[in-house]
Amino acid sequence: MNILDAEALCRQLAEQIRPHVTPATALVGIYTGGLWLAERLHKELGITQPLGAIDVSFYRDDYGSKGLHAKPQRTDIPFGVDGAHVILVDDVLYTGRTTRAALNGLFDFGRPAAVELAVLVDRGSRELPIAARYCAHTLAQALPHEQNLELQRDDAGALTLQLTQRA
Amino acid sequence: MRNPQLNKHGELQHLLTLDGLPRNILTAILDTAAPFTEVAEREVKKLPLLRGKSVFNLFFENSTRTRTTFEIAAKRLSADVVNLNINTSSASKGESLLDTVDNLCAMQADMFVVRHAASGAPMLIAQHLQNTGRDHIHVVNAGDGRHAHPTQGLLDMYTIRHFKQDFTGLTVAIVGDVLHSRVARSQIAALTTLGVPEIRVIGPRTLLPTEVERLGVRVFHDMREGLKDVDVVMMLRLQNERMNGALLPTPQEYFKVWGLTAEKLALAKPDAIVLHPGPMNRGVEIDSAVADGTQAVILPQVTFGIAVRMAVMSMLGSH
Repeated sequence: MNILDAEALCRQLAEQIRPHVTPATALVGIYTGGLWLAERLHKELGITQPLGAIDVSFYRDDYGSKGLHAKPQRTDIPFGVDGAHVILVDDVLYTGRTTRAALNGLFDFGRPAAVELAVLVDRGSRELPIAARYCAHTLAQALPHEQNLELQRDDAGALTLQLTQRA
Repeated sequence: MRNPQLNKHGELQHLLTLDGLPRNILTAILDTAAPFTEVAEREVKKLPLLRGKSVFNLFFENSTRTRTTFEIAAKRLSADVVNLNINTSSASKGESLLDTVDNLCAMQADMFVVRHAASGAPMLIAQHLQNTGRDHIHVVNAGDGRHAHPTQGLLDMYTIRHFKQDFTGLTVAIVGDVLHSRVARSQIAALTTLGVPEIRVIGPRTLLPTEVERLGVRVFHDMREGLKDVDVVMMLRLQNERMNGALLPTPQEYFKVWGLTAEKLALAKPDAIVLHPGPMNRGVEIDSAVADGTQAVILPQVTFGIAVRMAVMSMLGSH
């Protein structure tokens, strides 16, 4: 899927967020694609709060059927969550279940003043009442379940969106 | 016959011993444990993975640290934990081990954490569950006789990896009462699987199993010689309660020859770390100056032990 230029979308997303950034704004990227995106936005927007990273493996609702993910990563929330204005960052918004899991994880660190969601692409097919406040691109038609859309990062750090068939 | 610890999909079904546990599973447990260490630093030290599951701690033998860390690990995973101190329960009234297990299964147990003085007791329970088609119930060996103490072995490996990163260039010494030690057996199995090129076993002849060399270790009966240039010193507890007969001189004499002192530790590499599974007999196998010194990683072992047990239980509890 080359029609979606991840680099251009990333710049658009930053411009959407920029007017709303305050000194209390903190970014939390969801592993793995969301964290790459959050690293970019953090730099681009000159966010002063340190960047957070969250792995949702421990909060997924399909643990009982799919088990634990192969290699969960270390969640790191290096700022005080109480009273913070948090923007959760993910690459692709789909069912909303990952966002739900990330919210659960985040609230174990404290009570944020507000949480917003920023994504590069909304691919449709929501299964939960979740919406992104900032979204660079919404697909006109929802992608079929068999297709997997995710962010990739090459060795030079360039971001691309890859569409693959789900195994 | 398939490995009784794995299910037909090759996933961990029970954790009974590290002997024969494939390297990829062993490494997966260590990798999974790493993010769990972070949970201890949070305001809410709880994850929802085992919500609604019941974990039964079946301790037929005394333990404080192991039982407590298993309990904390299960509780941090949101499981309901029931501690059975068997000395004061049905076993003393004559109920058999498997009858006890069947009764607890009737109470919807999801996991048994078992410590038993008899080698093989956890395996017996696992086989009984398999024979009766109860594949959704898991067994974790928390130490059986002289056989194995796999979670201790795993937390030792986690500790070594944390401080030394890589196993493949290490010289590791295991010191003391190997004969009575299930910990030593689990350590040797794991170190071998993870590719440690030189494993040394140091102790008096009376406290080393005969033909211990067959495990692929180098044997030393002189502590100073054995500690020379090692990266890791794994002390063992002198198992007074498991000894019968005159295997030993007095504790004072033992300390003189086999106790780890700063002077003996100086023979190891300058950045060598010292592990001990606890509880320590200060002034018997280890000097207080070493136990409380900068090279000791004995308290980190305890903390890592919780994360490792969380990893094991969360890997078992998902299927």
